[in-house]
This record gives sequence, structure tokens and C-alpha cells, in this order.
Amino acid sequence: MVSPVAGMTTKALDWFSIAFDAPLARAVVFGVHIDGHLVVEVLLIAVILFQLSRKSYKPPKKPLSEKEIDDLCEEWVPESLTPSITDDMKAQPPALESAAGPHTIINGKEVLNFASANFLGLIGHEKIIDSCVGSVEKYGVGSCGPRGFYGTIDAHLDCENRIAKFLGTPDSILYSYGISTIFSVIPAFCKKGDIIVADEGVHWAVQNGLYLSRSTVVYYKHNDMTSLEKTLEKMTRGNKQAEKLRRYIVVEALYQNSGQIAPLDEIVRLKEKYRFRLIMDESNSFGVLGNSGRGLAEHFGVPIEKIDIITAGMGNALATDGGFCTGSVRVIDHQRLSSSGYVFSASLPPYLASAAIAAVDYLEANPTVLSSLRRNIASLVEGLSDIPGLTVASNPLSPIVLLKLKNSTGSQKRDLQLLNKIVERVLEEDSVYIVTTKRSNLDKCPLPVGIRMFVSAGHSESDLQNASDALKRVAASVLSELN
Amino acid sequence: MVRLPYTTALTTLFSYGLLFAFGQLRDLFRKLLDWFRSKDLKGYAPICLGLEDFYVRRLYLRIQDCFGRPIASAPDAWIDVVERYSNDNNKTLHRTSNSTKCLNLGSYNYLGFAAADEYCTPRVIESLKKYSPSTCSVRVDGGTTQLHAELEELVARFVGKPAAVLFGMGYVTNSAIIPCLIGKGGLLISDSLNHNSIVNGARGSGATVRVFQHNSPSHLEEVLREQIAEGQPRTHRPWKKIIVIVEGIYSMEGELCKLPEIIAVCKKYKAYTYLDEAHSIGAIGKSGRGVCELLGVDPADVDIMMGTFTKSFGSCGGYIAASKEIIQYLKYTCPAHLYATSMSPPAVQQVISAIKVILGEDGSNRGAQKLARIRENSNFFRSELQKMGFEVLGDNDSPVMPIMLYNPAKIPAFSRECLRQNVAVVTVAFPATPLLLARARICISAAHTREDMIKGLEVISKVGDLVGIKYFPTEPPKLAKEAHKKRESSIVAERFCGCDIIGV
Repeated sequence: MVSPVAGMTTKALDWFSIAFDAPLARAVVFGVHIDGHLVVEVLLIAVILFQLSRKSYKPPKKPLSEKEIDDLCEEWVPESLTPSITDDMKAQPPALESAAGPHTIINGKEVLNFASANFLGLIGHEKIIDSCVGSVEKYGVGSCGPRGFYGTIDAHLDCENRIAKFLGTPDSILYSYGISTIFSVIPAFCKKGDIIVADEGVHWAVQNGLYLSRSTVVYYKHNDMTSLEKTLEKMTRGNKQAEKLRRYIVVEALYQNSGQIAPLDEIVRLKEKYRFRLIMDESNSFGVLGNSGRGLAEHFGVPIEKIDIITAGMGNALATDGGFCTGSVRVIDHQRLSSSGYVFSASLPPYLASAAIAAVDYLEANPTVLSSLRRNIASLVEGLSDIPGLTVASNPLSPIVLLKLKNSTGSQKRDLQLLNKIVERVLEEDSVYIVTTKRSNLDKCPLPVGIRMFVSAGHSESDLQNASDALKRVAASVLSELN
Repeated sequence: MVRLPYTTALTTLFSYGLLFAFGQLRDLFRKLLDWFRSKDLKGYAPICLGLEDFYVRRLYLRIQDCFGRPIASAPDAWIDVVERYSNDNNKTLHRTSNSTKCLNLGSYNYLGFAAADEYCTPRVIESLKKYSPSTCSVRVDGGTTQLHAELEELVARFVGKPAAVLFGMGYVTNSAIIPCLIGKGGLLISDSLNHNSIVNGARGSGATVRVFQHNSPSHLEEVLREQIAEGQPRTHRPWKKIIVIVEGIYSMEGELCKLPEIIAVCKKYKAYTYLDEAHSIGAIGKSGRGVCELLGVDPADVDIMMGTFTKSFGSCGGYIAASKEIIQYLKYTCPAHLYATSMSPPAVQQVISAIKVILGEDGSNRGAQKLARIRENSNFFRSELQKMGFEVLGDNDSPVMPIMLYNPAKIPAFSRECLRQNVAVVTVAFPATPLLLARARICISAAHTREDMIKGLEVISKVGDLVGIKYFPTEPPKLAKEAHKKRESSIVAERFCGCDIIGV
């Protein structure tokens, strides 16, 4: 079997070698000896060139025909615009029938109001209302235009000057709404590629500003300075590029979600060590902390120039609406053209600006209101210290008193249901109006929920006593039902 | 749609080029001089690097006195403009205590509710004394008063929808509502000239955003077909939902939206519609109900209607009107409802009184008079301007009329000359408009009398001759009408790269 095949192969090989060593070997073209192998090589090169010149195989691309697009559009079914309504979505807040002062009227009954952030008790104050009335008669209600197009009324300029003078900063700028202040300021300064280190407990408006700025955002543990230091170290170590990038730390002076106060002296020390700029939101601490109400910087004895940008909403202590931002002249001038909430929106109604001026005047003239506020907070916290099942989780100096469940049920939803039951019964049985924390679906804050009470300088001792007694009784009964 | 003659385009480009060159020269000298002066930034990166604020420093600051003029009175038909002076060539401006009385052609005061009104102001003062200037609380936590509940019902009835919800600021309404309605996996299709608040809301929502050509239902249909067929980017899964966002009147063009065609397209492709009526609510339509009434669209066909109270009602704030389920869901989850201070009660009372006047429920026919007057005024003013030869944009019945200026040097010239003759106008340039299409924008109000408007027209005509912006020379009336028709039917929008700022 093998030998005939071997025989045929040798015969074929012999034939090939004869063919190659044949007369061609004696051909001479242009003085070059043509050897047999040259023919093979030329053929090989020709084949290679032929293959290279052919286009690579691509499956044919057919765009969708009109009929196919029509079919796809027919088949496509969108989701409904909103998810179906569940029972807890149907809850309606009570409608007040009078001003939201320390005592207010709900459903015809007088109740103690611990749900309004009326820290200095300025709601219903005579002087403020008089200045507003004068303003409405002179300027009307709205300002009918953005700041760049005849919406700047001299009341706005006076207000900005007054606030800057009160705080001791070079300049300030007014915004027409409290929460739009911080989410316009952050994107005006932080652009793509910048580094921001923020506290994880900041409220939704700050989170929205951070998201809109498209910078790299890193969160550190809530109010934990060692975590902040570690994060700053990580972001700057070995990062030569960090020199050219803008770097910011974003904190709140008094956190809305937890009632904690940020340790400003530590933060300023870290900021100077690592060369970051500081953006601080003082909505809940302006007019509350510090010997004369000038905010967190006065409270800690830090010179105000060390904080680069301070923003605050005026809807809390100053009992008006809108917000402001203060800082150096460079910072403020930059915002007048590049802050979207300032440029593209109508300006603050002038009567609210006059209310702000009147409120700041009052605060400067009567710093004793701060000591009554502090007394009230202390006595309320003491009264709430022995409620069964609930603990006070906020800083003892904070006018936002946050009560957390001692033993959480495990899910935020059930915690909220329990707390809502307590709060409803307190309103019905004892006419004390307090509220739970509300979280939106879009809020990414990881802090626990609780009951919030806003203490005002206008509350009297008996009010606070009634509130803590009522809460004690209802909490005991609701939580014992649970066990 | 703007037709830009070639010579004008060339001269405008040349002017900008010249300004740019001079700006760079100044920057060079500044850098040389600063070499010797030490910088005290100590390792911090500067707030604005290099060319980021070039436009502000070198172009805008030269004409800064044309913008942000403070006034010392209510923004009514006549205002007191405060005089300002500068010691350092317009870099900083200082107020004086003098003011000049000028005709106000710039404020958004469409129905004349800006100043003290005989029906509204006493009620506002009453509510101030009863409820205080602010509630200091969020809507869900004791910020809802009876006034808020009343206004929500009234707005829903006025607009023609089952329910409504209020917010304290129009800008925040858009930025906080759009993320609630749509998220990742959804598609937003917005008009190319939409307002900055819509752009911000769209970015903040995380959804994919596509833009369709301004006011063009055919291009919208193309975009919809393409997007539904392709699906989500990269994964090609079908979209979760599609929302199309348009505005009633576009504030920089003065044009009305082509609402019936757009609604028809959206219905065919099962997309949801969101209508932003910031400028059109209260100002157009026979009874002031906005663009739906004017164009004959049933409000039930638009899924979500948004509007603001700043313009026609002389107050502040915004609203959303939609079906009961949507409003209930928004009240449960919208961050602006859960975290923001509620609308100031006197402002709420102002809107309630203004709507009652418009509907005639205050017992007089002042509302109907105001609506008729603003329509007459807008049409009269627009036709007169066109007769004089200016290039005026916008449709009939719209109270917003932009006059094209184009050249950057004409902006301060027009503005300052008019102010010298006691007429206050608003000029708009980059970045609110494309780079080459600077304009002066006139907003007519029901508070303007015939004499006011004639005086305004005289001054504008004189200044227009001086500055040279009568691009269409005056023609005899019959020919003018035909030319007008020809202009409307030829749609040429010239856009140059670098000016698509309003696009997403």
C-alpha cells in the first residue's frame, strides 16, 4: 500500500524538478538569470496583491425601511407617566388658617406649632409687617423681570449691602428662592473635572447642585473629621494634576437632615492644609449661632474671610423668602453673569427684600432674642431626654431637634409609618403640631428618619412643657402597642 | 425665523473679530504687567482659567451700563431709572440718588398688575397682616395655608385641568419637576430654543436628551421615528417613556408654538407633552387662558401644563397643572414641594385676586378690558414698527417683539440713546441669543396708553435712524404686505458654530 504512493510521490517530485531545471534555466532576460523559483515567487506576489486589493467582507447594512419603522412605533408601549398611587401618597398636610407663628389654627382649633422654622419668632412681628406694607404700596408685589432687565429694584441693592455689612464680608448677592441659591452657586464655580469633597448628609438642593456641576464628587462620612482628612489625603496624594484643578469642600453649617453642627475650626485647618476652597450653606445657622447671630464663623471664632463662599436661605431665621450668597468681590461678581438661578429667573419680590432688611435690623438691635432661643432649646431637649423609645439625635445647640427611634424596625418605611402614627395622635389629642422627616425618591441621603421639632424664640416655657409631656405620653402608648 | 443678509453677517463677524483681537491684546499687556506683581493665590487654582471669562472681561464689561439698571419705583408703564456713574471705564458702577422717569418697554408686565392695583393691593395687605410675609416652613410641614389650597383650585379651574400644585419660583418648578417625571432610560425631546430652566431640569433628570429644530413638527416627527426605532443608546432597549417639551411663547423670538401640529405628532407616537406657558398664560387668548385657547387645543390633550405667575399676574412663583394622579404623585415626591419654603402668602393672594379680575369674578369687566387692550397694543405696536422698516420677529397677538440689531456696537448705542430720550429698552446679546443675532426686546403691557406707545415709537424711530437698524426700508402699504408674506414663507435660520448655547 505504501510503496505505490511513495512511488507516485517520487515520480511527481522528479517531474517537478525536471520542469524547473528545464530550458527556462537557460533564459537570460535583461542580464538576469531566470531561475525556476523566481516564477513561483512572482506568482506568489501576484496572489498576495490580488487578495489585498479585494475589499474585506462586511455583512450588507440595510437601513430600516419606512414600514419597519412604522411597525416599531406601533408596537412600542410607554410606561405611564407616574407610578400608580398608593395609600401613603394620598396623605394631605393640614391647611393652616392663620400665620405660622408659635401658636396657629388648624381646623378651627388652636395648636402649638413646632413645624415652622421660625427660629427668632419674627412671624407676626409688627415692624416687619409695616415695612412690607410700605413696600407693597410703593413697588407692588412682583418685580416683573430678571435682575439684568429692570428687575433690580433699589430694595434689592439695599438688602445686599445690609447683609454684607452685618456679616462683615465685602459683598453679597440675592437670589429669589432659598433652595435655588445653593444649586445655582455650585455649578457656577465647579465645572467638569474639578474635585468636590462633600458631606454625605447634605440635603437635596446641594446634591442637585453637585450633580449639575458634572465635577468629580466624593462623599465622606457624615460630620466625621477623620473621614474627611482621609478623603482629602486620597484625592491630593500623588495627583500632580490637582494643582491646576479647582478643589472644593461642601458642607452645611447646621445639617437639615440630622441637626448636627459642622466643626468649622477643624474644617478650616484641613482646608488650608490641602488647599481646598470651602463652600458652606448656612440656611439653618444664620441668625441662630454665634453671640450676635452672625453664624457658624462667629460661633467658632473663625475669621469670616477664611470661608470662601457662604450661602444661606432666608426662609428660616429671617422669616422671609429668598436666599443670599456672600464672599469676596471676585466670587460675587462672577455669579452675576454665570449663576443660572440669578440670570435666568425673575428677581425677589421687593417686599420680601424689605422684610429681610427689617429682620436683620431687628437682630442687630436685639441680640437677647438669641439667648431666649438658646434657653428654649435647652429646656426642650431636657424635657425630651426621657421619652421611652426615642432619643434626641441632634446637637444640643441646634434649634432643629431630631428624635430618632431607639430600636429601629429595620426598614425606613415602617419607621416612618410608626413615627407618623405618633405625630398624628399628638396633633389630635394634645393639639401639638410636629412633623416627621420627609424623603423624596430623588434624595440620596443615607441618614435615618425621625421626628423633627423646630424650636422658636417665641415659644413659652409652658408650650415646651406641654409639647414634651404630650410626646412622652403618646410615644409610650404607641410603642407599647408595638411590643 | 431670522433672515440674515450677507453683508450684515460679514460686518458683524468683522466687529466681533476686532473686539476679540483688542481683547487679546489687552490680556497680553495684563499678563506682562502682572509678571512683576506677585499673585497671592498660594497654591489654589484660580476661579476662572484663561479664556473662560474672556467674554465677560473684555466684551461685556464695556457695555455693562446697559444691563442691570436699577429702578426706584414699581415696574409699571413709567419707571424711575436710577442714574449710575463709573470712575474706571465701566468696570464698577456706583448708584447716585437721582433718577429719571422713563417709559418702560422692558418689564414683563403684560396685564398691568405690576403696580398697586385697586382690587388686588388692599387684599394683599390684608393677607400680609394675617399670614405674615412668609410661612418659614415647607409645604408639607405647616407651610400650606388656606390661601395655597384656594389658589391651587383656582389655577386648575382657570387653566382647564383637574388639579394643580404651586411652587415658590418658576425656575425651580422646571428644574425640580422634570427629574420626578423621567429618569435614566427615558427620552426627553426639547425644542432647540427652550429656556435655561428646562435645560437644567433635563440635565438633572439623567434621561437622554435630544433636540428638534425650533418649532418644526416635521423634524419632531423625524426625531421621534428615529429614536423609537433605535431605542436606548448602546443597549437598544425600548425607551421607558418619551416626553416632548415645548414653550407657549418663546421669550427671545416672540413666536407662538405650533401647538396643534405638535400635539398631533405626539399623540400618533404615544409621547407625553409638557407645555411651558411662562409668557403666554394670562397674556393671550380671548379670556387669557393662554396658547391652548388661542390655537384651539383642548387642555386635556396636553399632559402637563406649567406656568409662572411672574409675568401676567404681577407676583412670583410657578404652577404645574395636570391630572389628579400626577399631581398627587408630585406632591408626594417632588423635592421642591418637600424641601423648599412655601410660596409667600401675600404673593398667593395677589395671584388669586389677579385671576379673579381676569375672570371677571370681582364684579367688574376690568379683566376683559385689559385682555382686549394688550391685544390691541401688541398688534398696533408691531405693525407700526414693521411699517417703519425695522426687522421685527414674532407672531401677531404676541406681546413680545424683538427688534434685530446684529452688530455688537449697535447694542450699547441703541440702549444708551433711548435712555437719553427717556425710553427704557432691553437689549439682549450673547449668550442668551446666538452670537450674531443680538436684538432689542420690547414687551408691551396693558398699562401702556396710546400716547405712551406713540412716544415710544417716535423715539425708537429716531434712534433707529441714528443707529442704522432699519434693515427693510419703508415700502408703500400694499407692497409691504406682499413682502411680509414672502418673508414669512422663506425660512432661513443661519446658525454659526459656537452659538448653540441653549442646545443641550
